[in-house]
Amino acid sequence: MRQLIIVGSGPAGYTAAIYAARANFSPLLIASSVEAGGELMNTTEVENFPGFPEGIMGPDLMDAMRAQAERFGTEVLLDDVTSVDFTGDIKKLSTGSNGDFEALAVIFATGSAYRKLGLPEEERLSGHGVSWCATCDGFFFRQKTIAVVGGGDSAMEEATFLTKFADKVYVIHRKDTLRASKIMQERARSNSKIEFVWNSAVTAILGTDAVTGVTLTDTVTGTTRELPLDGLFIAIGNDPRTHLIHGQIALTPEGTIAVDGRSSRTNLPGVFAAGDVIDPSYRQAVTAAASGTVAALDAEHFLSALESVPAS
Amino acid sequence: MSAARSVTDASFDTEVLQSGKPVLVDFWAEWCAPCRAVGPVLDQILDENGDKLDIVKLNVDENPQTAMTYKITSIPAMIVFQNGEAVKTIVGAKPKQALEHDLAAFIA
Repeated sequence: MRQLIIVGSGPAGYTAAIYAARANFSPLLIASSVEAGGELMNTTEVENFPGFPEGIMGPDLMDAMRAQAERFGTEVLLDDVTSVDFTGDIKKLSTGSNGDFEALAVIFATGSAYRKLGLPEEERLSGHGVSWCATCDGFFFRQKTIAVVGGGDSAMEEATFLTKFADKVYVIHRKDTLRASKIMQERARSNSKIEFVWNSAVTAILGTDAVTGVTLTDTVTGTTRELPLDGLFIAIGNDPRTHLIHGQIALTPEGTIAVDGRSSRTNLPGVFAAGDVIDPSYRQAVTAAASGTVAALDAEHFLSALESVPAS
Repeated sequence: MSAARSVTDASFDTEVLQSGKPVLVDFWAEWCAPCRAVGPVLDQILDENGDKLDIVKLNVDENPQTAMTYKITSIPAMIVFQNGEAVKTIVGAKPKQALEHDLAAFIA
């Protein structure tokens, strides 16, 4: 049995691992098989992580965090947690390829998953013009006309990145103001290849074998029109990844894991949560890392208290 | 452990389309993080099922012709070819168990 298992390998998971490993808990970090490193693996330049005045590529930042966690004795397992039982004193986790694990404490830092538009054509046309990863798929849209749906930083970053390839990039947004930070907005607004389509919701994706366009519904007037496109990139936000713990750990009305005040303590003793999975508001690499620190310190406190209780 | 070998625009016809057994082609690129993540998973599946299913990699950067022929717009894209026909398409990196499930018809 382990003292501590960390589930997740984004900034929250790796930072928790750095702290827990330095406290000699030799944590096992279950990183996932194909999404190790988390959301930053699919980004390009990270310009707002302190300590990197020239910026750093997302995958490089995550490789560095992993190396730092391993340096102090974290064991990183590239596998997926498929089910958990956190209800008893001993926390149980099953993985896809490496069997079952047990621990006295768990830090749950599974992050969030891309939100879908929820349209019936979305799944069918995924890989045929519908994409969630600009850095993966931008290459295939050289000299094409494409659109990004969304109004946050991710949407601005993707739209700006995609102008390297596409001739024209529409940014389709439900409102007439953006949620994105000023610098990201400015960058997108000053790019001559980007055109904003305001107050518009994508209500249908058109095309049989490949995307040919979208139906837009004006969110103010309700009128609809078609916009011809070769590709559609969806960047409308993320939902906390909580499917493994449904029915075991209490959630907030927003769907994130509920924690006690500013701590990482869930309603189950010995189960701590950190990063995007508890954060409906900020969702930054730095806030996730800080949240991972809180979880490691809470777990350390919990494990030390266990040790001081004499076995009965 | 065996690693999936690379095919090119030039070798695609002989190595994939004319192959006697089903071939999964992993369309990938260096700049695609999910592609780099799923590569080792495909190597494992090849290791365990190489007698039934061949698995090869095609770099879309270096081999744009084949990527265009099969209308690839999202990677990683994994297409299984049987008797020269594309019979199964999987888009996006998935864990080993999920890929094995998708490929059950070829490896079970």
